Amino acid sequence: MIPTSFDYKKASSVEEALGMLGDDAQILGGGHSLIPALKLRLNAPGTLVDISKIDSLKVIRDNENSITIGAGVTHAEIAASDVLAQHCPMMGQAANAIGDIQVRNRGTIGGSIAHADPAADWPAVLLATDANVIIQGKNGKRTVDIDQFFKGFFETALEEGEIITTISIPKTAFNRNSTYVKFKQPASRFALVGCAAAVEMDGGSVKSARIGLTGVSEYAYRATGVENALAGKALNADTIASAVSGVTDSVDVMSDHYASEKYRSHLAHVFVKRALMNLSYSK
Amino acid sequence: MTKYIGKSVKRLEDKRFITGQGKYTDDIKLVNMAHAYILRSPYAHATINSIDTSEAKAMEGVVAIYTGADIPEAIAGVPCGWQVNFKNGDIMKEPPHPLLVRKKVRHVGDGVAIVIADSKAIAKDASELIDIDYDIHDAVTDPKAAAQAGAPLVHADVPSNTCFDWELGNPKEEVSAAMASAAHVTELEFANQRVVPNAIEPRSAIGHYDTAHDRYTLYTSTQNPHLTRLLMCAFVLGIPEHKVRVVGPDVGGGFGSKIFHYTEEALVTFFSKIVGRPIKWTADRSEAFLTDAHGRDHVTHAKMGFDADGKIVALQAYTYANMGAYLSTFAPAVPTYLHGTLLQGLYTTPKINVDVTATFTHTNAVDAYRGAGRPEATYLLERIIDLAALEMDMDPAELRLKNFIEPFDGVEQEGYVTQVALQYDSGNYAPVLNRALEMVGYEAFRKEQAAQSNGKLLGIGFSTYIEACGIAPSAVVGALGARAGLFESAQVTVQPTGKVSVYTGSHSHGQGHETTFAQVVADRMGIAIEDVEIIHGDSDRVAFGMGTYGSRSLAVGGSAIVKSVDKVLEKGAKIAAHLLEASPDDLDYADGKWTVRGTDKSVAFGDVSLTAYVPHNYPEGLEPGMDFSSFYDPTNFTYPFGAHVAIVEIDKETGAVKLKRFIAVDDVGNVINPMIVDGQIHGGLAQGIGQALHEGTVYDESGQLINGSYMDYCMPRADDLPSFEVDRTVTPCPHNPLGVKGAGEAGCIGSTPAVVNAVIDALWKGGFKVKDVPMPMTPERVWTAMQ
Ligand SMILES: Cc1cc2nc3c(=O)[nH]c(=O)nc-3n(C[C@H](O)[C@H](O)[C@H](O)COP(=O)(O)OP(=O)(O)OC[C@H]3O[C@@H](n4cnc5c(N)ncnc54)[C@H](O)[C@@H]3O)c2cc1C
Repeated sequence: MIPTSFDYKKASSVEEALGMLGDDAQILGGGHSLIPALKLRLNAPGTLVDISKIDSLKVIRDNENSITIGAGVTHAEIAASDVLAQHCPMMGQAANAIGDIQVRNRGTIGGSIAHADPAADWPAVLLATDANVIIQGKNGKRTVDIDQFFKGFFETALEEGEIITTISIPKTAFNRNSTYVKFKQPASRFALVGCAAAVEMDGGSVKSARIGLTGVSEYAYRATGVENALAGKALNADTIASAVSGVTDSVDVMSDHYASEKYRSHLAHVFVKRALMNLSYSK
Repeated sequence: MTKYIGKSVKRLEDKRFITGQGKYTDDIKLVNMAHAYILRSPYAHATINSIDTSEAKAMEGVVAIYTGADIPEAIAGVPCGWQVNFKNGDIMKEPPHPLLVRKKVRHVGDGVAIVIADSKAIAKDASELIDIDYDIHDAVTDPKAAAQAGAPLVHADVPSNTCFDWELGNPKEEVSAAMASAAHVTELEFANQRVVPNAIEPRSAIGHYDTAHDRYTLYTSTQNPHLTRLLMCAFVLGIPEHKVRVVGPDVGGGFGSKIFHYTEEALVTFFSKIVGRPIKWTADRSEAFLTDAHGRDHVTHAKMGFDADGKIVALQAYTYANMGAYLSTFAPAVPTYLHGTLLQGLYTTPKINVDVTATFTHTNAVDAYRGAGRPEATYLLERIIDLAALEMDMDPAELRLKNFIEPFDGVEQEGYVTQVALQYDSGNYAPVLNRALEMVGYEAFRKEQAAQSNGKLLGIGFSTYIEACGIAPSAVVGALGARAGLFESAQVTVQPTGKVSVYTGSHSHGQGHETTFAQVVADRMGIAIEDVEIIHGDSDRVAFGMGTYGSRSLAVGGSAIVKSVDKVLEKGAKIAAHLLEASPDDLDYADGKWTVRGTDKSVAFGDVSLTAYVPHNYPEGLEPGMDFSSFYDPTNFTYPFGAHVAIVEIDKETGAVKLKRFIAVDDVGNVINPMIVDGQIHGGLAQGIGQALHEGTVYDESGQLINGSYMDYCMPRADDLPSFEVDRTVTPCPHNPLGVKGAGEAGCIGSTPAVVNAVIDALWKGGFKVKDVPMPMTPERVWTAMQ
């Protein structure tokens, strides 16, 4: 459990960090995905650029139409945020379901989505929120729609030498009516299946729904089939049961020693159903 | 008179542990110490064509690199300490377990080279520069598959990968005849899966050769320093024992896995002389998963026959036991003399036969793991009897009560003689089960279960077990193949001031000996517990010892201490009598002083001890000093027993099992420290429950352990467990002076089948009549059982 040797640089601003990111360098956030990989020698960068002390990356800001979360905000800080609890309850629920207290105190939301573990919680949640990811590189800033961010197995829209600075969550009716449910892989407590659901109701029927799933496939995805099937319908056991049937339709479902393809698929159905049932009880 | 015995004295050792002052092997830093990294095989079965270490050797900071070729032919490898013979009388197959392989690797993790460097980081970096050319072969990991025709051979000279076959009990014909007469036969095929011990402290060893005294010191994370010294000196390196000191300092848990003598201990000792520096090796967690001897791994087919009344008439069991690629120190004993001999259980079964085939596979060695054989026996019996109750539509508790052996105390009534070579010491079995039923509220539970209608299935599972511990009479185990005695030694040194140093061969690595033993000594001597120091774990301080395993420390090691204490008191009485001008027979000893009976004339222990060392006014012919050694060899095993009950709830949609309650009523004989006994029971329960629901190795086709990390291998955690409800009955052991039986393994032995039975019960009551769900009962497996 000894990594190969590396240089360590601590950045105090995003600009400074960008300057430090040479060829063989890698960003260090909370370290809770990267350090284990280094110790197992699955990864051996020459330099680590520590961004965890950059103040501007550590704030949650309540704006008029959005809430912006710095990439360096920890899971624990999200769990404790009142403004998120009010505008997007699934954020706090997901944060509390991550790992254990040490992991939540160190790990960051930016690090999690940059890493894009197929079983991580944030990808499903952010897909459901309709977030924007703000990324900074040497040539400036760009904004990526969350729907375009996750590209594959540990693969994202992030380019070499770029840093995620902010995640922007829109203040919407569906985010206010949202929930996250998770079936934990018993050893790691990552998501064997995690489902984030956000539903806007109009009178008695669903106006719009966003459903993100993690753990099921090689990367988190939106169950658009389910979202569409719900539109215009009442939210009750029957409509939910018929809508969830398509939850794994367009994806390859993973298989491992904790969950075969068949069982994982089944869990995906169960957890989408449970998430939607949670929302069907709420006003 | 007991001031300490029976009291929950807080653990004296905890101050140093809780404040981070424990000193473990890896904490020891010697001057000029080098560090070793062991390069291990990434393949389960392969031939080494060539090894090129030149680039690695050239790296700065590398001291030396050795491979199998550098180890003298005379050092064949680490030995096996228990011999089991084939049914036909042939000696078991015992292929050498080399310190580093020469030609062939036989499991992932097999040692190929030792890299010694100025730091562990350099050693590890250098190991990546070693170039090895392997030819990869097919592998077999399952103990039953290994015995089938065409299975890849682990050792070319071991046909069918069979280490031995073995049988115990009544002749098979008699068992079949009884089985044929049965009104009902329950049959079950199951695996008792392989688990990884996972002591929190990884194994570690430091070898140090001292040129000035031509003497070696080995610091090692071990449960038995003297045994390690004996095995390493006499059977591996050929170094005289008096030239070797073995120290087992603070040890962070063992669960059996640190009993055995491992290759790394011999490697660091041997090469420390050659490189002229102390060498430290410490396993990292991945290495621990790959190389700490694993536990269990049986595949069993069993049949139990019942008459129309539900009385058991016969038991036949066939087991394949996985030995791994090499025989670890006590491996052959586990599926045989620690398993087959326990198949009487608590029942009067008149005919029993057990047939065991032990096989080699391309996996890490399997050996004793908390309970060692007895959990496997208990699992077999308790699964099959619970299943029989379901099949016969009888109550599982009543079925057990009907079959229990009648009470016997081992004094007035003879010990119970089993069909499988043991004589139980003392037992009274119905009260543990009845107490457990009372604690559960059995009738109310059955009503609640029947009324359950919320998408959850409720189930209750029982396990009533017996185990054999306090291992063991040397002559008996010798006849059964042990290549060692299993006594224990103790030296009690009374200092002139009356303070007492106790040197015990039992080793504490979590059990709290420093407290329990001190309670025994302080009470027996009538002195304050602060005046007693328990010393263990160093072969230069403790003359001899057999170590800690098989729940033997108090029953055997404690008995040796009592013998020495009694010798002290006997001599003390002579000195006291002299000082009091009375006869020793007229003295009473209590509260730390000798009193002439019927008078107020007395002399205190401290005055007597001082007189022993300043013998001016002293009995004629009596030696000065107060220092006694004793060896205690028990006359029998001890037989704790108990009843465990689990209540589970299954989520029908996901198959997830929630353990709602766990009740354990154990009888471990007399109890010295109830808090420590409860702690041992609690830990054991967690471990046994872990096996039922969470733990288990997963190998792929090629023999890779694919869950060798905590991200993949699920250990039981506090939030997986309910608050345990424990109680006990007390049936003293009739054959040791303390009347104690042993508590270290009971929790782990009884709990596993209780949980599994509860899941099966829930499934049956929910309409899913499955015989078995393999352990660990993961949500997917339980869900699958309901499809
Ligand atoms: C025991 C344990 C249990 C866990 N359980 C869970 C769980 O249940 N659910 C879950 O979702 N996660 C879990 N995790 C992972 C945890 O959430 C990590 O913290 C997270 O995945 C990574 O965040 P980090 O800040 O630690 O990133 P790091 O480990 O520092 O970095 C991860 C990767 O992201 C890159 N990176 C970091 N920050 C940025 C940035 N701002 N811009 C661009 N790239 C960046 C790094 O270069 C690296 O490649 C667990 C981890 C552990 C150790």
